[in-house]
Amino acid sequence: MSAAKNVKKQKKNESMMKLTMRRLFRNKTAMLGLTILVVLLLIAILGPLIAPYSDIEQDLMNCYGLPSLQHPFGTDELGRDILSRLIIGSRASLEIGLVSIAGSAVIGIIIGCLAGYFGGTVDNVIMRFMDIFQALPPMVLAIAVCAALGPGVNNCILALIISGVPGFVRMARASVLNIRGMEYLEAATAINCSTARIIAKHILPNALSPLIVQITMGVANSILSASSMSFVGLGVQPPNPEWGAMLSAGRNFIRNYPHMVIFPGVVIMITVLALNMLGDGLRDAMDPKLKD
Amino acid sequence: MSEETKKNKDALLSVRDLEVVYTSSGAVVHAVNGVSFEIEKGKSLGLVGETGAGKTTIAKTILGVLPDPPAKVLKGEIVFEGRDLLKLSEKEMREVRGKKISMIFQDPMTALNPLISVGDQIAEVVSLHENCSNKEAAQKAMQMLEMVGIPADRYEEFPHQFSGGMKQRVVIAIALACNPELLLADEPTTALDVTIQAQVMDMISELQKKLNTSMILITHDLGVVAESCDTVAVIYAGEIVEYADKEELFLNPQHPYTLGLFGSIPSLTDDVDRLKPIPGLPPNPEDLPEGCSFHPRCPHATEACKKGVVSYVEAAPGHFVLCNHCKDCKKA
Amino acid sequence: MANTLIEAKNLKKYFSTPRGMLHAVDDVSFKIEQGTTMGVVGESGCGKSTLGRTMIHLLESTDGKILFKDRDVTKVNKKELIKLREEMQIIFQDPFSSLNPRMSVRETVIEPLLLAKRYSKAEAGQKAEEIMSTVGLDERLWNAYPHELDGGRRQRIGIARAIALDPSFIVCDEPVSALDVSIQAQVLNLLQDLQEQKNLTYMFITHDLSVVRHISQNICVMYLGQLVETSPSKELFKAPLHPYTKALLSAVPSTDIRHKKQRILLQGELVSPVDPKPGCRFAARCNHACERCHEPQKLEEVSPGHFVSCCRVKELN
Repeated sequence: MSAAKNVKKQKKNESMMKLTMRRLFRNKTAMLGLTILVVLLLIAILGPLIAPYSDIEQDLMNCYGLPSLQHPFGTDELGRDILSRLIIGSRASLEIGLVSIAGSAVIGIIIGCLAGYFGGTVDNVIMRFMDIFQALPPMVLAIAVCAALGPGVNNCILALIISGVPGFVRMARASVLNIRGMEYLEAATAINCSTARIIAKHILPNALSPLIVQITMGVANSILSASSMSFVGLGVQPPNPEWGAMLSAGRNFIRNYPHMVIFPGVVIMITVLALNMLGDGLRDAMDPKLKD
Repeated sequence: MSEETKKNKDALLSVRDLEVVYTSSGAVVHAVNGVSFEIEKGKSLGLVGETGAGKTTIAKTILGVLPDPPAKVLKGEIVFEGRDLLKLSEKEMREVRGKKISMIFQDPMTALNPLISVGDQIAEVVSLHENCSNKEAAQKAMQMLEMVGIPADRYEEFPHQFSGGMKQRVVIAIALACNPELLLADEPTTALDVTIQAQVMDMISELQKKLNTSMILITHDLGVVAESCDTVAVIYAGEIVEYADKEELFLNPQHPYTLGLFGSIPSLTDDVDRLKPIPGLPPNPEDLPEGCSFHPRCPHATEACKKGVVSYVEAAPGHFVLCNHCKDCKKA
Repeated sequence: MANTLIEAKNLKKYFSTPRGMLHAVDDVSFKIEQGTTMGVVGESGCGKSTLGRTMIHLLESTDGKILFKDRDVTKVNKKELIKLREEMQIIFQDPFSSLNPRMSVRETVIEPLLLAKRYSKAEAGQKAEEIMSTVGLDERLWNAYPHELDGGRRQRIGIARAIALDPSFIVCDEPVSALDVSIQAQVLNLLQDLQEQKNLTYMFITHDLSVVRHISQNICVMYLGQLVETSPSKELFKAPLHPYTKALLSAVPSTDIRHKKQRILLQGELVSPVDPKPGCRFAARCNHACERCHEPQKLEEVSPGHFVSCCRVKELN
């Protein structure tokens, strides 16, 4: 129908980027998510300055302390202040969560776009390669990487990136295949667009939206995977704190001292929730079809 | 259309003053705005109009398959064999649907279940509506296949083994399986090629005559209407702007919109240098213009057309035009 | 007669499919004069869209020649191809999938100008605005996104993009099939106006015979990848010679209710030309088929400019 009527007056000539930002800033949920995320990042940066206690100093007189005025989140099995450990641990956890997902998303989407766009042999080779990666349990893969390169946060991130790539390749490829038949790609070829430009300008922006939510969801998984890595001694090395590791350590005491899992759990949940709210908002803001 | 002139005792279906709206996210879309027509037994009526004119909504309302919400019938009645279909319960309606009134949809590709053989799909309709054994239903299905020009030994085949035209034949066989009184054909040949369209349209017309079924043919193609309808209603913005017998409408069109449509179609026989399109765009059904809904695009519009109610005038017996300037347009 | 702008000589385009070799365009030859329109008609799957895309190098031809301005452009290197594409453009059928939903009208029209690297950003902007006015897009819509516009307006954007670089040859692939009649007439008139202003040459692909008669000087009729008849349009509609053309013309529903046409009904349906047998592909549905029809057919000139590929054309007409 004459949707043109909705375009009552001439709109300002603004780029898609600006338009996206403007819409994003008007979305209250997304803004709440962004605020929480900024606060979390600030906490991570300021870490040692705001933590009330040391994160590794043991206080064996105060083991399994329930939340109190001195220790608002209680203490763990070695008497360490859980609040302080969460604050200091946010550095490692956020770094692992965000960097590893960003890494696998970027690599995965690029490879997926190439596979989807070129099709045929290129597609076949890439996808069979990804099949091999997916056939290995991510944990085994990560352990192999850490075993080869040595334990440590950076190698842990690398391992998580590698195990995350195939999923993104698959999704990006499916998303590109949907767009592959569109005539505007042919039109772009007809006006002499280079392949790189077609992918960057015509395919990627249209293929990205379904992936954004997946990206934000992935952060939680990768924080938890990082914890299992530390559990087998490959990620963050004890006694240094890390959210996932705290969660799995507290698991043993869940019956008697539930605060040891509740607080790390809640923090991880808040992080993921904030990322999700931001991701949803971003996806909507990027969709030109939704009205202002 | 005025009640007295249009009331007809022989009518199989008579739709009176039908109004349907869709509500979506606060906006009210006026899809059908006071449509009245009737159709006699064995006759065919063509509903012609452009995308979004409300043609399909009318058909779906008659069949009682409008999604409610968002759609809502505001007023009007649809009298079929003496009963108002809008007042029937869903259970009563189910007996009418498929048995007495059936519908052919535009896209034959999605109208058939890919996992059931075509013969069984026809037999299913038969056994649902007629009190008969499975064997009799299968027999009837074979007869129907033969009737639409498909050899009965293809009974066991699946939809993907059929081409587009053949699938549409199967759809038609399903629609006609219970000898319905009324067939609603919604753009039955739009998805088909010209030569296949000719085959299918000829077959529909032939069967319609043979079985004495009434038909409402919905289309945007005036050519298709010219070849297979008795009466034509031209729809614009949810209203019938012109209603007449086929000969009368094609030889003596009156409404500026109908004239505009004829001016827009390139002829197969006459040479014109430029077509004379209707200027502008169809109105937004969320925001219909006041007065005559065609006035913003009409070359003859006057102040009177922009406000107030436009009513039907009878240009010739049975030829109704919704226009203030009916006589003027003819001269122009 | 004006000079020939583009010519196809024994052009072939095959696709390899799992079921065999698909002969989408098989041995097609025709010429298009500068400033005229060549209509290509046929039913779905007859290879008309493939032919259009092969002509402008969106698809690589399998065999045969394309002569553009008397130069063979079938095999060109990358640099020449870029030059060539500025001269040859395409307008697509579906105004919904032919525009990038994330690019505004202005961005879509300006893109070819920027890619051509001939204009500064400011010049390109100015030229884009000129073009958008030429195709009748209101200024208030220049920064709108495609989904905000109706089919007719979207098709205007597609036309604007195609004429941006002043091409001489445009393939119009069913540009009005997706539009309502009243809008269709507006777009057809626009295409004709542009042709007059810019001396454009069109190859107009459609399945709608009344449209093709209206807009083209010459017409090619295709059936399953083969060219069955080509002729000046008036002559084709007055005296079609090939049995398929006759059946096609008789099948078109006409609004002329005074003269009932005698319809030639065809049996059967289109098949796909995978590994076809030699000979006339229409023979399977033709009412006049005989032994000789299964031998390869030749396109013969029966009257000036009127070519038919049917061995029985003389005895049947």
